[in-house]
Amino acid sequence: MAKVTIDGIEIEVPDGTSILQAARMIGPTVAPPAMCFYTNLPSSGGYCRTCMVEVTKGSEKDPRPMPKLVASCRTQVMDGMVVGNRTSEKAVDARKGVVEFLLLNHPLDCPICDQAGECHLQDLSYENGSAKTRTDFERRTFDKIDIGDKIQLHMNRCILCYRCVKVADQLTPERVHGVMNRGDHSEISTYITKAVDNEFSGNMIDVCPVGALTDKTFRFKSRVWFTKPVTAHRDCDKCCGKVVLWYKGEDVLRVTGRKDQWGEVEEFICNTCRFDKKRTSDWVVEGPTNLSRHSVISANHYEKLVVPNELTLNDIKPLNP
Amino acid sequence: MGKKLLLQNDNVPGIDTYEVYRQHGGYTSVEKAFKMTSDEVVEEVKKSGLRGRGGAGFPTGMKWSFLAKPEGVPRYLVCNADESEPGTFKDRYLMQRHPHLLIEGMIAASYALGANTAYIYIRGEYFYIVNILEKAIEEAYTAGWLGDNIQGSGYSLNMYVHPGAGAYICGEETALLESLEGKRGNPRIKPPFPAVKGLYACPTVVNNVETIAAVVPILNMGGDEYAKIGIGKSTGTKLISASGHIKKPGVYEIELGLPVEEFIYSEEYCGGILNDKKLKAVVPGGSSVPILPAELSLKTPTGEPRLMSYESLSEGGFVSGSMLGSGGFIVMDETTSIVRNLHTFNRFYHHESCGQCSPCREGTGWMEKITHKILDGHGTLADIDLLWDIQRKIEGNTICPLGDAAAWPVAAAIRHFREEFEEYVSNPSSIVDVKHYYNIHNLVEA
Ligand SMILES: Cc1cc2nc3c(=O)[nH]c(=O)nc-3n(C[C@H](O)[C@H](O)[C@H](O)COP(=O)(O)O)c2cc1C
Ligand code: SF4
Ligand code: SF4
Repeated sequence: MAKVTIDGIEIEVPDGTSILQAARMIGPTVAPPAMCFYTNLPSSGGYCRTCMVEVTKGSEKDPRPMPKLVASCRTQVMDGMVVGNRTSEKAVDARKGVVEFLLLNHPLDCPICDQAGECHLQDLSYENGSAKTRTDFERRTFDKIDIGDKIQLHMNRCILCYRCVKVADQLTPERVHGVMNRGDHSEISTYITKAVDNEFSGNMIDVCPVGALTDKTFRFKSRVWFTKPVTAHRDCDKCCGKVVLWYKGEDVLRVTGRKDQWGEVEEFICNTCRFDKKRTSDWVVEGPTNLSRHSVISANHYEKLVVPNELTLNDIKPLNP
Repeated sequence: MGKKLLLQNDNVPGIDTYEVYRQHGGYTSVEKAFKMTSDEVVEEVKKSGLRGRGGAGFPTGMKWSFLAKPEGVPRYLVCNADESEPGTFKDRYLMQRHPHLLIEGMIAASYALGANTAYIYIRGEYFYIVNILEKAIEEAYTAGWLGDNIQGSGYSLNMYVHPGAGAYICGEETALLESLEGKRGNPRIKPPFPAVKGLYACPTVVNNVETIAAVVPILNMGGDEYAKIGIGKSTGTKLISASGHIKKPGVYEIELGLPVEEFIYSEEYCGGILNDKKLKAVVPGGSSVPILPAELSLKTPTGEPRLMSYESLSEGGFVSGSMLGSGGFIVMDETTSIVRNLHTFNRFYHHESCGQCSPCREGTGWMEKITHKILDGHGTLADIDLLWDIQRKIEGNTICPLGDAAAWPVAAAIRHFREEFEEYVSNPSSIVDVKHYYNIHNLVEA
């Protein structure tokens, strides 16, 4: 066991735990944001640099601070380590930089993006970014491409987190999808042929933190905050069959895996469950999904909306011309 | 004449052939090594104080002693011949003219590390050197210096040359290993370090061409003797690739500790500034290291003469110092535009970023766009501060040092030549260079 202090809060965790995991054990207030790390995808993480933290004391044995910020998802805790996340000016400043870099070429087309409302980049920028942009250069653009018949890749929105590449690598038996080109021309691609055609490919949609990989059967059907998530399961011979059904009225608009409080899928599901089972009768419904993220989705349905006292609808007047 | 340990036979005709090389004392270091245990060879290299010639200057003997040695797992020696740093061309010279020196060093080093397979990962553009090396390796096999049971010692070694496909990033040691394994050349996230999990997840040492070649004189003369050459912790000799506005550009072997002034102005080396113009700035260690204005390149901040050594060149930190780096010595005369030079560097790093981590992937492109804008005459004062802020947010925040290498030149150019940037943005029309650049740019576009 190792004792580690993060933002002044001490916790004891098993050896080999990463700083990020330890921080998550303490709770969301000290957990650094993570855009590329994914618990269920070994070897993910380390790329996006949003989870960087400052280690002011290396360990009990070697108390020297680490010279650079470290990626908390890829750095193991040591006994006696002291870490600064939100309390470290350096980490906060660097993270602000990373957000700016991630948005530099991002199209900011949230109003027409299916991911809006459950997009980690939106959350990240809102919490850690600045309100203004410092660039007026043209943004890098790509054409949209179809990855198989159910998934569309919108490369302009991609933040190159490599999660989908890891899914392709680890979950799906034949890898047909990777990264082409270099630097800011890098592009997620299926190389020559279009189809990622296998039973678990749909999980790429779930792991994508932004709206780069979208479910073609759901595209433009509804803003997510107008849909109601319901937890359900079925007996599936390919996967765990544990899903969330997203309803609008009586219709299931889409099926996704179940996500934990960090927005990560708990267990991956197969394409049959995801794309082919869209009737309530296909499923055993467990009940409304408990959305613990600070999510606009939950605000719409399951929380009692508290209207601020000072402001009632009647107070809102049309703008004077 | 300065001391020569690597290029002393540079003028011997046919030194690239086995016979001539052997006649001039070639392969004696291997004979010497075989009389020692492998640990003794490592010890000798440790005593020599040799530091990596690939850029970082990490003590080679120490690197070798970190190599993990689990039972039943092969170990590898990989020679980094990717040499793609702008301003650096010494490895090419060495391999082209003295291929056997590298092979001899590789054998001695592999023996010291207990590696039975060694690779030379060579920059793709050096395809013609691949032939030279392969011919020399062939000769070494024929003469019994490679293969099974070398010279009856019981030690076996196979050696392969592997060309890269044209990426600077494949010079970074873990990207190199990925590429050597046949994958996309993305740097790995460390730890684990190559000494523990390198090529095919086996313990691996990656060393620069010149580092490995230096093992030959070290074994021939003994580590202690070698350590007496040079100055302080910068022992031995170093190949310097001298380029830019000098009378005699080329590759020079210098004894570490040579004053920069002597290197630039003496007849033996660069022979002074071209057309006897004034010196403006020096990039002493390849494009990645900070640029130094004339005064700071000849004298340290404390007024001492600046020497060609790891320590002296970095004296003053990044505020008033630089680095010896890979020894790519770029000299600029008074007519040089620092802004344009910086733009060239920015273009390079933007082009070469592998794109794994956000700060480098996006930041390098952004910095290029800004210097381009300034050169086009549309820059503002705010752009200079923005450049500064971008480099600051890249440095130290990336997976591999390419991010730092892209950030440092920007920081140093602004630190030392801010007025020039300000002149460019406040009075663009008066600067001939902008027009010139504009013309070239338009020509290329058209
Ligand atoms: C972007 C980048 C490019 C590099 N290119 C080279 C190179 O071309 N040749 C080289 O020897 N080292 C290069 N290096 C340094 C290597 O990573 C490594 O430090 C070196 O090969 C170690 O050898 P040494 O200890 O003998 O210097 C590069 C490093 C980086 C970050
Ligand atoms: S498409 Fe999505 S999951 Fe894949 S790398 Fe881009 S952002 Fe990450
Ligand atoms: S710093 Fe640049 S080159 Fe190095 S891993 Fe990151 S993106 Fe790739």
